[in-house]
Amino acid sequence: MSADAAQDIASATAPASLPVPVTGWGRTAPTAARLIRPGTYEEAVTAVRECGARGGIPRGLGRAYGDAAQNAGGAVLDMTGLDRVHAIDAAGGTVLCDAGISLHRLMEVLLPLGWFVPVTPGTRYVTVGGAIGADIHGKNHHVSGSFSRHVLSFELLTADGSIRTVSRGTPLFDATAGGMGLTGVILTATVQLLPVETSLMSVDTERATDLDDLMARLTATDHHYRYSVAWIDLLARGAATGRAVLTRGDHAPLDALPASTRRAPLEFQTRRLLAAPAFLPEGLLSRTTVGLFNELWYRRAPRARTGQLQRIPTFFHPLDGVPHWNRVYGRGGFVQYQFVVGHGQEDALRRIVRRISEHRCPSFLAVLKRFGEADPGWLSFPVPGWTLALDIPAGLPGLGALLDRLDEDVAEAGGRVYLAKDSRLRPELLAAMYPRLDDFRTLRAELDPRGVFVSDLARRLTL
Amino acid sequence: MKDAFGLPQSLLILGGTSEIALATARRLIARRTRTVWLAGRPSPALEESAEQLRGLGADVHTVAFDALDPDAHEAALGKVFAEGDVDMVLLAFGILGDQANDEREPAAAVRVAQTNYTGAVSAGLVSARALQTQGHGSLVVLSSVAGERARRANFIYGSSKAGLDAFAQGLGDALYGTGVHVMVVRPGFVRSKMTAGLPEAPLATTPEAVATAVELGLRRRSETVWVPGTLRVVMSALRHVPRGLFRRLPL
Repeated sequence: MSADAAQDIASATAPASLPVPVTGWGRTAPTAARLIRPGTYEEAVTAVRECGARGGIPRGLGRAYGDAAQNAGGAVLDMTGLDRVHAIDAAGGTVLCDAGISLHRLMEVLLPLGWFVPVTPGTRYVTVGGAIGADIHGKNHHVSGSFSRHVLSFELLTADGSIRTVSRGTPLFDATAGGMGLTGVILTATVQLLPVETSLMSVDTERATDLDDLMARLTATDHHYRYSVAWIDLLARGAATGRAVLTRGDHAPLDALPASTRRAPLEFQTRRLLAAPAFLPEGLLSRTTVGLFNELWYRRAPRARTGQLQRIPTFFHPLDGVPHWNRVYGRGGFVQYQFVVGHGQEDALRRIVRRISEHRCPSFLAVLKRFGEADPGWLSFPVPGWTLALDIPAGLPGLGALLDRLDEDVAEAGGRVYLAKDSRLRPELLAAMYPRLDDFRTLRAELDPRGVFVSDLARRLTL
Repeated sequence: MKDAFGLPQSLLILGGTSEIALATARRLIARRTRTVWLAGRPSPALEESAEQLRGLGADVHTVAFDALDPDAHEAALGKVFAEGDVDMVLLAFGILGDQANDEREPAAAVRVAQTNYTGAVSAGLVSARALQTQGHGSLVVLSSVAGERARRANFIYGSSKAGLDAFAQGLGDALYGTGVHVMVVRPGFVRSKMTAGLPEAPLATTPEAVATAVELGLRRRSETVWVPGTLRVVMSALRHVPRGLFRRLPL
């Protein structure tokens, strides 16, 4: 047994672990909770039964940006100790696995067999449980929908300590998909996979000169690609407002590979660079540095290039190469803001982009994407339309008021913000953004009358 | 819960008629605060303060609280915490006293010390324990530059604030890592009814400026906030002035 494993077991079995500060990926608003890491289903059941007056919330790899996997004064159930693959149907392309397994591990296991995860976000370091709880989406949303569309069933540990098998098309499934862990702890899931011939991506890159050009290009040709996303320069002003680099592609077929790589077409290679140091000064990402970065990033991108072969991490998860990249924002942390507005609300999108650009938000990670059809999760984020996501240092003056303003624009346009990324939404706007909120609250009240499952997010927004 | 910018949704003010506290409440209500508890001795002024904040859209309750009655603090504040999480406690009560008079009447001087120091020790500890149980929250303590170095002109008040300041700093260290944040605010001369009629000191400020500094401090999770910020440098210099010279300074 490795020293790490021994330590894990020690911490999991410690009778009353002391509260430790917990934050989301954005490293804002820390609160203290007892971290419990179940190593078996029985331990998970016990943890839920004994989580005390201030309840508990499951947590995966902590990639939610805000306070979704925090529970002040209560218990946080670190589910990454339950991370086994139980069964793979290599012919039919399904996997039955523990919910604490990461998409990274799934890729390692599945790619050599010619299967890929159906949906991956911008990081592989999310768990299957978190992927369902936040009903995550990826660059293929316009084709494949969100993660829950590919989940056939899962086992849910509910507030009464029982384990239920939940299948698609049931209210409990739809409440849990996007339900931010508030219906219970997902223990296992059966996921439908995507067949691939190689582990490489065939990528087309092009530049868009401004926001309208970008939207036109995405609208005209998105359906030719399985994966599509645009990096957008939100510091560009004037005529260049919203200039962008589109990268779109699909899994490369075997015959697209050069002979040298064709011998091992399904090899999954990842590279990790040096981790970001623990202490970085604030203000490293200023308007000047980010402006410079954006300028270079835009200029460096080819005007048009087709069929470039890229590895999976390069195409999907560029930031995973730098462990703890969230530290570059310094101790003040950062806020991620992601919203969606429907098709036909392009004016709202333009207005919002203009506001962000006028406020000079130093955001080097802004992406715009077109969503396809929505999935039935009651609090699931994606709806057909335009989604924009950006990171902003939390210390930027006037940021709180700016984002409040954007919320109003978004709500007015019938759009919504993404709860997995939220750390500051005004609770009053939530019901307008999520029309099924009342159903969600009703189901929770029946399923969990004592409020065993609760998070800082749930308290802040009275979910 | 506080949001990413440290803005509280619920606020408990100890010393519910304090002008600085009310200015802070107004500012926070404009952003995120929905529930406000005003703790203080029952009085028309306390109710007026509550009414004023209700006008801004907050849900405001008053609660009977007397800094000079520490035995009752547990019960009075326990009632508030039992109603739900309190994201921020603003410890704002305090009296200036009348230095010349208080030097002649030790009983009056003791009242200043009991209100500003022992009352705050009791209320601070009661609040800190409740915040620690809920695993989050900010305890914002209104100290004063007067506590940084005792001055001939107001050392009774100054010594009480010095005690409070040291207590709050230590409490902040004790609570480090518990999810509870303690912030010591050291304003200079604040133009308010507490200082009405007194000669204005240099770098005088306003309750609104203190409120702004508190909001910024919450966002940064600061441990010490000077208002105005330049006082930090000024006081750091004054602290090292030799006694003989300091005595003679017109402060």
